[in-house]
Amino acid sequence: MARIGVVVFPGSNCEYDAARAVEELGASAEFIFHSSTSLGDVDGVILPGGFAHGDYLRPGALARFSPVMDAVAAFAAEGGPVLGICNGFQVLTEAGLLPGALQKNRGLTFLCQPTTLVVSSTHSVLTRAAQVGARLVVPINHFSGAYTCDDTTYASLVDHGQIVLRYQDNPNGSRDDIAGVANEAGNVVGLMPHPERAMSTLLGSADGRVLLEGFVSAREIVH
Amino acid sequence: MSSVLQPLHRALGLTDAELDDIRQVLSREPNPLELALYGVMWSEHCSYKSSRIHLRRLPSKGDHVLVGPGEGAGVIDAGDGIGVAIRIESHNHPSAIEPYQGAATGVGGILRDVFSMGARPLAVMDPLFFGALDDARNRWLVEGVVSGISGYGNSVGVPTIGGELTFDECYSANPLVNVLAVGALPTDRLALGVASGVGNYAVLLGSSTGRDGIGGVSVLASAGFAGDDGAASLDDAKRPSVQVGDPYEEKRLIEACLELLDHGFVVGIQDLGGAGLVCATSETAAKGGVGMDVDVSAVHQRELAMQPFEIMTSESQERMLAIITPENLKSVTDVCEKWEVRASVVGHVVSPTTLPDGTSVGMLRIRNGFDGEVLAEVPASSLAHDAPLYDRPRQRPSDLDAVRADDPTNDEPVGDAATDLLGLLLDPVWVYRQYDSQLFLNTVVGPGRDAALLRLAGPGLPESKRGIAISTDSNPRWCALDPKDGAALTVAESVANLACVGATAKAVVNCLNFGNPEHPEVMWQLSETVDGMVMGCNALGLPVIGGNVSLYNESGGRDIDPTPVIGLLGVIDSLVAPPPGWDWNDGDAVVLVGHREAAGATPFPLAGSRWATRRGRRGGHLAGFDATRLVSTFNFVTTEVALICGGASSDVSAVHDVSGGGLAAALAEMAAVTQRGVNVSQLEGHAELFAEFPGRFVVATSNAEAFVARALGAGVPVTILGTVGGTTVHLGGLVSINVAEIASRRGAALEEALALN
Amino acid sequence: MNYSVVVEVTLRVGIADPEGATIERALPALGFNGVRSVRAGKMFRFDIEAESSDEALTSAQSLAERLLSNPVIEDATARLVEGR
Repeated sequence: MARIGVVVFPGSNCEYDAARAVEELGASAEFIFHSSTSLGDVDGVILPGGFAHGDYLRPGALARFSPVMDAVAAFAAEGGPVLGICNGFQVLTEAGLLPGALQKNRGLTFLCQPTTLVVSSTHSVLTRAAQVGARLVVPINHFSGAYTCDDTTYASLVDHGQIVLRYQDNPNGSRDDIAGVANEAGNVVGLMPHPERAMSTLLGSADGRVLLEGFVSAREIVH
Repeated sequence: MSSVLQPLHRALGLTDAELDDIRQVLSREPNPLELALYGVMWSEHCSYKSSRIHLRRLPSKGDHVLVGPGEGAGVIDAGDGIGVAIRIESHNHPSAIEPYQGAATGVGGILRDVFSMGARPLAVMDPLFFGALDDARNRWLVEGVVSGISGYGNSVGVPTIGGELTFDECYSANPLVNVLAVGALPTDRLALGVASGVGNYAVLLGSSTGRDGIGGVSVLASAGFAGDDGAASLDDAKRPSVQVGDPYEEKRLIEACLELLDHGFVVGIQDLGGAGLVCATSETAAKGGVGMDVDVSAVHQRELAMQPFEIMTSESQERMLAIITPENLKSVTDVCEKWEVRASVVGHVVSPTTLPDGTSVGMLRIRNGFDGEVLAEVPASSLAHDAPLYDRPRQRPSDLDAVRADDPTNDEPVGDAATDLLGLLLDPVWVYRQYDSQLFLNTVVGPGRDAALLRLAGPGLPESKRGIAISTDSNPRWCALDPKDGAALTVAESVANLACVGATAKAVVNCLNFGNPEHPEVMWQLSETVDGMVMGCNALGLPVIGGNVSLYNESGGRDIDPTPVIGLLGVIDSLVAPPPGWDWNDGDAVVLVGHREAAGATPFPLAGSRWATRRGRRGGHLAGFDATRLVSTFNFVTTEVALICGGASSDVSAVHDVSGGGLAAALAEMAAVTQRGVNVSQLEGHAELFAEFPGRFVVATSNAEAFVARALGAGVPVTILGTVGGTTVHLGGLVSINVAEIASRRGAALEEALALN
Repeated sequence: MNYSVVVEVTLRVGIADPEGATIERALPALGFNGVRSVRAGKMFRFDIEAESSDEALTSAQSLAERLLSNPVIEDATARLVEGR
């Protein structure tokens, strides 16, 4: 059974949801408090959504200096699967584990709504079980979700298949409709939409399952 | 501001008679600090001194009621070892002055009420009332309030799952910002705001104490806005009293308090809301029948040179008071350190004092150092429970008969019903998409539908298949014409909303927003409203387990329409599939469930309807309240939907309550969200299209014969209205509009009115 | 010595600034015409202990780049100001 660590910063609020989702997929979840310097023996790490450190200064800006982030960086460098969802994505970009940055939404309001995602690359621990071109209904829930990067970074993202998910109808002004990106190796992924909120038709969509299923079973592939 | 010197007690909002009462309680002259304590605790906002004699009439008992009115929140037993806590409050006056912080701190306050019971907050709803949007200040208020709720609620990590949005000129200078929260707890974690155990400590948790909100309860919440333009003219003078919220502090406070309660480290706990520390210390001591020594110098302060009265009455946000045993102090501070929450011992529980006549009374003593000078000493219960009660004069408005006689029901329909219908439709999506409505993975039905429906699940709760449903409802247009029947019908409307998601109504909370209680007409409205609520709740078997009263909602001497807001909590025993919602299918038969005509003399009353209000017609007679027919219809619809939620197959594909905008609006809304038209042939003219009275549902079914047979078997009348299909909404030859136009007009109405696009 | 510092953080040239653009669009309605190139940003003010003004400024600029701004999208400039 895969063991997934869920990092809890003060101000995180999707940690229980992320844990519930991975447990529904047959993995075990354990919370790793931000002050911890070790991840323990885990097969993957999720940085969940929320407002780590109140999102004060910038989303993710203070969380990247939490002690646990050194352990996350080391785990990522060894090829360990790391997933940042929403605020977790913002933390990963601030920490330099993923390229680019997330800016305020084009409309300058918070947006909580369903979106349709198009799988653009399966070269990542998140999208490895999906099909390129597949359309997945997954909700977004953020104020600062407009993906931004410079032209050089963008060209490199395209060349290496690092753009893993795009919005069908761009809700927030992201460059090239980008909803999620991976690092070059594909083991670190961040996305603004919340796949853990799309686990059941009772709640509107089960399309997030294919993403998280791929993630919780990614370790053996990476190895 | 006036420079005329007035006696201190009057400046603190106390009358001369109230000063005499205080002298009698103390058997001496109060000192200025003591006067300040009474000033805030005996304010209308804290003491309900004008409304309490009426509120007593409300039913509050029930086998499933674990906690009734008087605590932080009411709690019901939802089954499976889970209690559900619910609370509603107003933050009207702070929001009129600084909409972002007013609304944000309203959310923060209500959450503390809920987690002070040991419940994890699971959802928030926000009934909002503003003036017309052709006024720039009203647009600014809407944007500020919505972003305040969004900014605080999303960040603190509690989903906002619905509410209401009402526009009427009477709220132009005095918007209403009500907020409701629900939470859930394992029933054995239930906590109360009671101090006990002589020698125990009172620990202040959370934010530091500043001057924000000083005098908020007496100055802001308990006096009307005098200027003709309402809050605008008083902005500068009153702004310093507005509190500033910090959702990040609150989030850590929630986690810390729930962890303390889980470990059993806490004897009693209460939030600091209106009247701050004096309220929390005097109420916990009074409820426990003990005394309390409070050391003002032990309170962590964020500003220099704060006076004892400022420390005691500050409304700085994100603070809780926990009563703990001395042995647990280390464990408590360890938990607080983990969550970076400040904790300081500010009070000691002490024995009651024996008076010369032999009775004993718990004294609240304010000291400078626990062994230091006594700055104030008053009976805790005199602050918390013994404010004077006023039976203020009541008078039926002299023009009410004339208003009622001016009934729009028989107006010749002027103009075109299609245009009227389009003008009534407004999708509040611009508001609710700014709210995180999905956190905790419980939201089965979110904002924008009849009622919200949640799985009853959350961190630390026992496993359960149950769900809870919540609706907030109000109808000031009805209540202005007839506060008694209007309030009863509002309760019925709320039960109808819960029926649409299959939930059985269990308990009511209410927020009574009224004008100036010193106006006899307002007190008459309040008293009639309470009577109507008693009638509605008794008929529908509902206890009222909590509430809030907001008075002095007026501007320039004009009172708002009576605006009682009902918050209704219901339970569904098995929630494994979503309710049908509004998604009808081509070929479905469209059936009106319930009595087609209203109870009373008028079959299709337009009094108080949106149709009439939009035409400036505000008079008339409401539908009657007929409990028997309502109960059978509600039970039938609830059962039909609950079966579907429990996993049974059904011919029912859509259910929608007929409410604001009448039958025409209900049909148009279903057409708009599905992009499927409907053809309805037999209607009795424009009055049937737009009449508003609860007890009717639009149901779409793939098997009309079977459905009708079940309804008649349950003794519920039904009318087959027509069939789903095509791309046009045809209503009895009066309306014929393309669904795409309905959807686009409905979708754009709010953003257009806000001048956002 | 104690030095007072102000740090200004603005979006880098070429990075979209929806907040600045929205403010710019709102100005004509208020009668302010001819206002262009509005950019929104943040300002921080703090006191710093240092041996010299150069050292204070270097240290402030460094912390501004490391924490107060995100170099992917933002520029930060520190300057010394008169004490409070």
